[in-house]
Amino acid sequence: MTQAAAITPIPAAPAVSRSETVAFVAMVLALLIAPFFVYPVFLMKALCFALFACAFNLLIGYVGLLSFGHALYFGWASYVAAHLAKVGTIQIPYWAGKWLVIPLPPLSTELAILGGTLAAAVLGLIAGSIAIRRQGIYFAMITLALAQMMFFFAVQAPFTHGEDGIQAVPRGHLFGVIDLADQSNMYLLVLAIFLGGFLAIYRIINSPFGEVLKGIRENEARAISLGYRTERYKLVAFVLSATFAGLAGATKAIVFQLASLTDVDWPTSGEVVLMTLVGGLGTVFGPVVGAFFIVSLENLLTQIGQWVFVVQGSIFVACVLLFRRGIIGELAQLLRIKL
Amino acid sequence: MFEIFGIPSQALFGQLLLGLINGSFYALLSLGLAVIFGMLNIINFAHGAQYMMGAFVAYFLLNYAGLNYWVALIVAPLAIGAFGVLIERTLLKWIYRLDHLYGLLLTFGLALIIEGVFRNYFGSSGLPYRVPELLQGGQNLGFMFLPNYRAWVVVFSLVVCLTTWFVIERTKLGSYLRAATENPALVRAFGINVPRMITLTYGFGVALAALAGVMAAPIYNVSPQMGAHLIIVVFAVVVIGGMGSIMGAIVTGFGLGLIEGLTKVFFPEASNTVIFIIMAIVLLIRPAGLFGRSA
Amino acid sequence: MKVLGNLAVLSAILVSSSAFAQYTDGVIKIGVMNDMSGTYSDLSGQGSVLAARMAVEDFGAAAKGMKVEIVGADHQNKPDVGSNVVRTWIDRDQVDLIVDVPTSSVALAVNEIVRDKNKVFLVSGAAASDLTGAKCSPNTVHWTYDTWALANGTGTALVKSGSNTWFFLTADYAFGHALERDTAAVVEKNGGKVLGKVRHPFPGTDFSSFLLQAQGSKAKIIGLANAGSDTINSIKQASEFGIVQGGQNLAALLAFITDVHALGLQTAQGLIMTESWYWDLNDANREFAKKFAPQNRGVHPTMVHAGVYSAVTHYLKAVEELKSDADGKAVVAKMKATPTDDKLFGKGEIRADGRKIHPMYLFEVKKPSESKAPWDYYKLRATIPAEQAFRPLKDGGCPLVSG
Repeated sequence: MTQAAAITPIPAAPAVSRSETVAFVAMVLALLIAPFFVYPVFLMKALCFALFACAFNLLIGYVGLLSFGHALYFGWASYVAAHLAKVGTIQIPYWAGKWLVIPLPPLSTELAILGGTLAAAVLGLIAGSIAIRRQGIYFAMITLALAQMMFFFAVQAPFTHGEDGIQAVPRGHLFGVIDLADQSNMYLLVLAIFLGGFLAIYRIINSPFGEVLKGIRENEARAISLGYRTERYKLVAFVLSATFAGLAGATKAIVFQLASLTDVDWPTSGEVVLMTLVGGLGTVFGPVVGAFFIVSLENLLTQIGQWVFVVQGSIFVACVLLFRRGIIGELAQLLRIKL
Repeated sequence: MFEIFGIPSQALFGQLLLGLINGSFYALLSLGLAVIFGMLNIINFAHGAQYMMGAFVAYFLLNYAGLNYWVALIVAPLAIGAFGVLIERTLLKWIYRLDHLYGLLLTFGLALIIEGVFRNYFGSSGLPYRVPELLQGGQNLGFMFLPNYRAWVVVFSLVVCLTTWFVIERTKLGSYLRAATENPALVRAFGINVPRMITLTYGFGVALAALAGVMAAPIYNVSPQMGAHLIIVVFAVVVIGGMGSIMGAIVTGFGLGLIEGLTKVFFPEASNTVIFIIMAIVLLIRPAGLFGRSA
Repeated sequence: MKVLGNLAVLSAILVSSSAFAQYTDGVIKIGVMNDMSGTYSDLSGQGSVLAARMAVEDFGAAAKGMKVEIVGADHQNKPDVGSNVVRTWIDRDQVDLIVDVPTSSVALAVNEIVRDKNKVFLVSGAAASDLTGAKCSPNTVHWTYDTWALANGTGTALVKSGSNTWFFLTADYAFGHALERDTAAVVEKNGGKVLGKVRHPFPGTDFSSFLLQAQGSKAKIIGLANAGSDTINSIKQASEFGIVQGGQNLAALLAFITDVHALGLQTAQGLIMTESWYWDLNDANREFAKKFAPQNRGVHPTMVHAGVYSAVTHYLKAVEELKSDADGKAVVAKMKATPTDDKLFGKGEIRADGRKIHPMYLFEVKKPSESKAPWDYYKLRATIPAEQAFRPLKDGGCPLVSG
């Protein structure tokens, strides 16, 4: 069986092409002036999801692994960040009825985000080491099942406050100085986090490590025969992907000042798949465009109501049947450039 | 009367029996998934939605055509199976040459559409459906009160599962099917219409889901979201069993129903998660699943 | 840092210009936000938009020279979507009032935003009693019901009528625990006894195992401390296992008439539940339902719909007297100062903590033979008078209540 053979054709090109640099500069400029025209909270949400989609794309686009449970890292990171920023104290059950209590004051915003990200990395390591034992659709089903399991834990765990979620999370001050309650400060922080994450992921996929990942995607057997321990590469990629997804989730908790069950539930996992698919699997800018597209669409649908699921489902079907390269993939094909 | 871990043994038998009943649904659904996967190499994410449609068709038949449960048991699988054939002919057949993941994505999209449409037209709180007259009431088994309908569910699903197994593993038709899975080109060379076989197989798998839906209608809430959560559990069941064998899917389905039933007695807080935990453990020990052939 | 400064100045200009616009735009804008595509779309959904529209018509806003606009939105049960909608509504579209908002996570998030922006939030769909407790706000009125009122109504009335032994079937998460705790307290206060409880995972599908444990307890009442599809499934399976025929009664601690409709009378008969409004309670309600149902897929109004109607009516009254909708706190203060009176909820009042006070009703679901028409589902078992129906002011821990 040809396992996960080339999920998207990507034309071979030099590591950093000029088109990518131009597109990056254009994106940064657009994001800098956008808040003057578009509602900033909306932009921040889209940026969080864009980073989330980029993290997801690292796995599907460059290793060929479809995770259907990425809400796990996104959602849990947002819970952990919200909890750290609002409460602080950590309680972990280590044996029936016994709790390990780490008394902490509410943490500053940057530490809370860091804590959330770290939690996602740990969860990624655990889930990843189970999931990479299988490939293809099994991998997708396993990640989905593990995410669902953690969803149930989130429902039951007292610190998440069940259906109420963690509310009124303080935005706090960045490094104790910059007041994040100010919308423009918050926006710039989110933008900085997004760009940092975006560049880091870009760097990863263009590193020698990234080349090995692409090699695994194209032909895992050959990579093994060349002496690469593909399991380890896949695991590292999985953990990285989970970490960046966590960074996005933690940031979102601070922006919206809440963490809730929505972000750990399976529709969120489906949404990030959709975003990446719409934008273009395995393209650098695709996930960003896809995230903005889907988040705008969701915003638009709040006015119409009712048809959300049908519209999202139709986009899925249309993408799979007609535009497998996604918006950016088709564009790149049309202009014969790398994006 | 003796006790096991503080639970009277009689109560325990009752719980085991209940677990077996839930296992019937897991078995029927994972069987359908396995049949489809074997032939099409597609994981049918729309399986939960098709299960839901089966339950709704039963409702329509009763309320708009006055046709009872027994008719629904035949008509619903046929109708939804035909719907499956339509989907296969119009959508799925275009993606066989692609990576298998696209099949998952496409059927996921279909599931969203179907669920969304049903929500728009029938609301979300659900529709009433009663236990058929013939099976109302129950038997007092001494250790528990067993509703007749539940007994019927176990027996009937066992019959359906074993018949399916027999047809696929022990008949000529089944051997064509299995051969076509292994080597479609060769089977085609023998003059067998492989595309039609694929279509009918998908229809059959979908019909199994619809059948499970009809059986679920009298005991579970008939609502558009009834399939969504179930399908994820069934995925875990499929991963545990491995999709390599039909019998594997059946045995794992019933077995996990039993284990889940026990968890509900001893540690109810974990009964939603136990199947996923077992899945994780099985993957650590036997990555290919209990009955799976390692790739 | 320069960019940062520019951004701050520009957004400040944007915000202030929109703030001024409200005094001049002369339109009272009502935003009905709820779940229009998911679990709660039947009990709130488009029906709530319809109820708000009917309230505006019946109030005769146009004749009084008040321009009222209604917008609706679907929060998809996602707090981030909900808070995004509310922020844009207030900042950009100058919405003055947010109504309904089922799903407690979304309602609590909206509660914070509305307080921040000094608008008005009238809750009909959400159940969380925290909205008038620890999280109470001078901009929020909790209209229709809350978990405490449901627990209290069902618990008190049942124990008083002799159903004094209870077993709880509880959804294993914060909401279920709270519902169970509140009801158990009421049951014990009135001299009843809790024989046991079992926590089921949320969401669940098969409850037969838990129901058998409940049956074994021999308790007279099995209290269902869960909601939505869990409650429906529990009731459906209880009927299958002959629990009601066996002499035990089920009490749903959070259920709506749409749930009974989903179950059908054959299955739901004998179920006991508390609601604050029922369409067949009096002529005014029946008349409202007759107008409402045909425009809402035949689905009769729930207490949430009626609550939206009543809340919007009272809001319009307050705004008419103030001749301004600009200051949310002032509007809510006015609403609290004025006794409520409308055709659906009758006379009542709003307490300092934002709790709307009215009677609650304990209903029993009819047998199929007793039901004469579609949606003829309830018989009244007890009325819980307004002064006993809600959590005493001093127990809520609302910071707005001094002393």
